[in-house]
Amino acid sequence: MVVFDKPHALIDVPLHYCPGCTHGIIHRLVAEVIDELGIEGRTIGIAPVGCSVMAYNYFNCDMIEAAHGRAPAVATGVKRADPENHVVFTYQGDGDLASIGMAETVHAAARNENITIIFINNAIYGMTGGQMAPTSLPGQVTQTSPYGRDPKVCGYPIKVCEMLSELEGPEYLERVTVNNVKNVKNAKRAIKKAFQNQIDGKGFSLVEVLSACPTNWGMTPEKALQWIDDKMIPYYPLGVYKDRSAEKEDK
Amino acid sequence: MADKVLMKGNEAIAEAALIAGCRHYFGYPITPQTEVAAYMAKRMPKIGGTFLQAESEIAAINMVYGVASAGYRVMTSSSSPGISLKGEGLSYLAGADLPALVVNVQRGGPGLGGIQPSQSDYFQATRGGGHGDYHMIVLAPASVQEMAELTVKGFELADKYRMTSMILADGTMGQMMEPVALDLDVQPAPEKPWATTGTKMAREHNIINSLSLVPEELEKFNFDRYERYKKVEENETRWEEYMMDDAEICIAAFGIAARVSKNAINQARKEGIKVGMIRPITLWPFPKAPFLASTAHVKQYISVELSMGQMIEDVRLATECKAPCTLVNRAGGMIPSPEQVLEAIRKANQNGGNN
Amino acid sequence: MTRQYLFSGFGGQGILFAGKFLAYKGLTEEKQVSWLPSYGPEMRGGTASCSVIVSDEAVGSPIVSNPDVLVAMNLPSLDRYESSVVPGGTIFMDSTLIERQVKRDDVDVVAIPATALASENGFPTLANMILIGAILEKFGENGAEGVEKALGKVISAKHADMLEVNKKAMQLGAGFVK
Repeated sequence: MVVFDKPHALIDVPLHYCPGCTHGIIHRLVAEVIDELGIEGRTIGIAPVGCSVMAYNYFNCDMIEAAHGRAPAVATGVKRADPENHVVFTYQGDGDLASIGMAETVHAAARNENITIIFINNAIYGMTGGQMAPTSLPGQVTQTSPYGRDPKVCGYPIKVCEMLSELEGPEYLERVTVNNVKNVKNAKRAIKKAFQNQIDGKGFSLVEVLSACPTNWGMTPEKALQWIDDKMIPYYPLGVYKDRSAEKEDK
Repeated sequence: MADKVLMKGNEAIAEAALIAGCRHYFGYPITPQTEVAAYMAKRMPKIGGTFLQAESEIAAINMVYGVASAGYRVMTSSSSPGISLKGEGLSYLAGADLPALVVNVQRGGPGLGGIQPSQSDYFQATRGGGHGDYHMIVLAPASVQEMAELTVKGFELADKYRMTSMILADGTMGQMMEPVALDLDVQPAPEKPWATTGTKMAREHNIINSLSLVPEELEKFNFDRYERYKKVEENETRWEEYMMDDAEICIAAFGIAARVSKNAINQARKEGIKVGMIRPITLWPFPKAPFLASTAHVKQYISVELSMGQMIEDVRLATECKAPCTLVNRAGGMIPSPEQVLEAIRKANQNGGNN
Repeated sequence: MTRQYLFSGFGGQGILFAGKFLAYKGLTEEKQVSWLPSYGPEMRGGTASCSVIVSDEAVGSPIVSNPDVLVAMNLPSLDRYESSVVPGGTIFMDSTLIERQVKRDDVDVVAIPATALASENGFPTLANMILIGAILEKFGENGAEGVEKALGKVISAKHADMLEVNKKAMQLGAGFVK
């Protein structure tokens, strides 16, 4: 009896991610959701620039590699090319989504563009070797904030879900993490909802996933998972920031 | 033949795009091309198409990238400063071998510049505009009719060669009205088996991508792409010759500069001066062959441009400097007058064609 | 034969509209035509101008720098373009708004108090069409079938009630030339 198998939507190749990186888990969750919803044949994924740049080699659905930060704009084009059939998701890191691509993110949300965004927040630029990200915490030491992020010099981290929740546009915003089994399960529920929303025509759904980067944080994988609990969640509280359909039901 | 209608050049581009089957337009307002967007905003919702005013030119070109990835005919339009912003997207479109149509209704620069007509984005257009080795097919209309015809042609060539076509017009071409016949021949878009429209669980996944970290592979992509460019050069170079049979003086001009030059040539011919014109219609590929062939009888070339002299470099390369080439130009939104061109022709003639 | 027109006046005087009418008229008579407006912020309340060329041959440059016909609807326009008119050309001007005389003696001048006439007759926005009527009469083109067709083109169906008023304005201008 098979109790654990690779999702069909994930290609059976070794991932290039570092040991202890949680991209692999999140990839798997997205793939499981695509399998469960039976949408692989009509799904188009948009890969970012950053550590997950080569996500196009891992997902079995059609994939597009976008310029840095532009994934929501590319997704807008793909979605509008065939809104009835295309299921479109972007998979973006914090530098991509919240720094260079902030305008594309905000405006896709404001338009309630019917797409799904998986936003990986690990508070650092991983691919280029550990520079300060728009989501790096105050005091966080990175290659470009060697004395710790000083808000007086470089401002405060951007809380994407909180910020977007002020917009009327978006349908669904939730922050989750994958640092333990319970949280992984919860993250999958959120990701599935974000895809289901699109299928139901509800609109812009973004799931922010607090993710570990042991390599650039300079920690063991285990400590990195703990750091999410100790440092990230207090600054970036988990939870639903907007769920328009649920709000309507409440009323 | 269909009845002719009076249309602005910008509107002719928009209508021709619809005729060519383009149902997706993304843009950001900028003078002097705004009529393209306005026309699309009016028409697209009525025919089930997409008009979307993007948050920036950068977003617009990336929306184009998305639709092109899905295999549909798609376009954006802008004017010079906006095209600079699209430069990133143009490079990615080239790197991912995606077909798209981009319209540049040029205005004077650099920087914010002005809003009056210009041809000073010639280098940017013919040399690529973004980073990396690539070309776009650059089409230079000189009438409202050509604005329409070359738009259709631009979509066809983009599909045929999987590259970006650019309409390089200017404020005059965009704003002027002329009669235009819209019974345009349109080749339907070819099959695009590479497009990302969903695997339908019936094939391997398609990937649209410009990243290639193995230099040997990336080199091969570049060489292969340039093999394709060679075919474009062989098959798609376009130009018009005007009174060139016996010409000893040859004007090189495109777009509005060619229109102005025609007046000057007609006058000079009345004065008995043997002058003609080669008008490139494709700026890339540049019509090298007719220029080189003309060196058999032309003693002097005059490049007429709304810039500080950009195309003149291609004229000199194409003619292998076998005869001198001088520049007649205005810049910053000014347009050379027929008199200015005529004076240059007379002067060249007095020198016996030798400057 | 080629005739090059330059229309100039304030934004809002219907400069572009008048030019468009002549271009459409040329088109319906199977002539070659071009219409090129000035564009940009200057159009908003400032000076508006447009070049119109009607010709039996293909139009070269659409830019009219030496018009056969100048239509000047305000003083700055006459000041700016008077000297550019070809010798033997014609200047049509709105003498309500231009109090001075044309200085040149090698051009034909038709001065009509178009703005005043338009106001007196209850269509204050049609000074431009009064001048158009004068132009057509002057060149013996008033009866041409193109007039009717061109009016139909420039006046949208939504404003069909304006057709007759426009015609009346044109007749007024024509009468001034007779």
